[in-house]
Amino acid sequence: MQDVTYRRPATVQEASQLLKDNGPTARVLAGGTDIIVMARERRRDTSMFVDVKAIPELNQLSFSASEGLTVGAAVPCYRIYRDETVSRLYPCLVDSTSLIGGTAIQGRASLGGNLCNSGPAGDSIPSMIVLEGEAHIFGPNGWRTVKVEDFCTAPGRNVLDAGELLVSIKFPAPRPGSGARFLRFIPRNEMDIAVVNSATNLTLDGNTVTHARIAIGAVAPRPLFVPAAGEALVGRPLTDETTAAAATASRDAATPIDDMRGSVRQRKHLSYVLTERTIRDAARRARGEIVSHV
Amino acid sequence: MSSRVIINTTINGEPMEFLVDERDSLLEALRERIGLTGSKEGCNNGNCGACAVIMDGRLVNSCCVMAAEVQGANITTVEGLATGGELTPLQDAFLEDAALQCGICTPGFLVASKALLDFNPNPSEYEIRYWLAGNLCRCTGYDKIIRAVQHAATQMRA
Repeated sequence: MQDVTYRRPATVQEASQLLKDNGPTARVLAGGTDIIVMARERRRDTSMFVDVKAIPELNQLSFSASEGLTVGAAVPCYRIYRDETVSRLYPCLVDSTSLIGGTAIQGRASLGGNLCNSGPAGDSIPSMIVLEGEAHIFGPNGWRTVKVEDFCTAPGRNVLDAGELLVSIKFPAPRPGSGARFLRFIPRNEMDIAVVNSATNLTLDGNTVTHARIAIGAVAPRPLFVPAAGEALVGRPLTDETTAAAATASRDAATPIDDMRGSVRQRKHLSYVLTERTIRDAARRARGEIVSHV
Repeated sequence: MSSRVIINTTINGEPMEFLVDERDSLLEALRERIGLTGSKEGCNNGNCGACAVIMDGRLVNSCCVMAAEVQGANITTVEGLATGGELTPLQDAFLEDAALQCGICTPGFLVASKALLDFNPNPSEYEIRYWLAGNLCRCTGYDKIIRAVQHAATQMRA
């Protein structure tokens, strides 16, 4: 391990100050499943871990009908998928958090870490985008909010400035008649990085789509919100044709690379297929059906 | 410069006080500072599960935890499973079912399986496989391990 110091601030102000005073090699430590490994393997120069888990706001997991869901940036996956309210109202978050790593990773890894890591294939990010997640950030200039779809800017990069930290992600209460679904394609059953992933959140009035948000991941330098895919559905009945139009919009928006996990052609195809499948499952959830997360 | 810090924690039911370097992982602290070498370093990057321990009731990979983080925590390692020299039904089942060959992955599988059975005493085969997906074994294949967990679960419920 690099020569690191360890600090455990008790407030967001103190954490921000530590990050500001110690520069870019001071790293926020939440679950550590990425940053500890990256620091050890020297993929990130690290002089200090700022452990944010003693800060109450970063451990918060709460819901109210007026405020919606607040997920503290350090809340580990297992707390999210074992939470009864999240399971009932935000099953799409259960889809994501229950397939990130294995059980021991889920004991530590957080939505906040996944977002701040800003990997193009981050498995919670499309879900947070379609659920209209809003990142609440504290820094030297006080508080600000950024929509999750605007948070990541490039592989490993995001909007956080010097001294800023992600405190929580807030989601509005689900619209009546809405349902959301996240799916990932990997060549095995568990424990792999997405070749492509996708999430859809749609609201139905009868069979007419009144609201739809669709996102895809691992097909661009950052997780991709695809407004055109949702627009292909809104105001129209949910049919094979409208679903195909939305899936086509996802495929058109994808600008993937060839790498060891998949080719451009396969990823374009998967963007279509996963969008189609998440729309179908989201519609089932919107109609009150139980769609298991696995 | 990283410095040394005193950690107070409970390991396998016993209060412990020990000195760690701020750059130590929990795995390094367990093995090198405390001499609990049951937890194994396989990949040292969170993929293999050989270093799994239970920390405040949840399964974690100790290679992905900093030692300085565990101040006040309650930790169970593989050494904490057997009491008074008596193996637990889970450990017996691993022996009976020959659920190991080289044994490097076994401490992680035992700890992860214990965490599963603490959480769910009657898991389906699917649930066992899903729960143990983060533990890698390169010798046996997984069927014997799954059977051992099933047998242990049956026996523990009896």
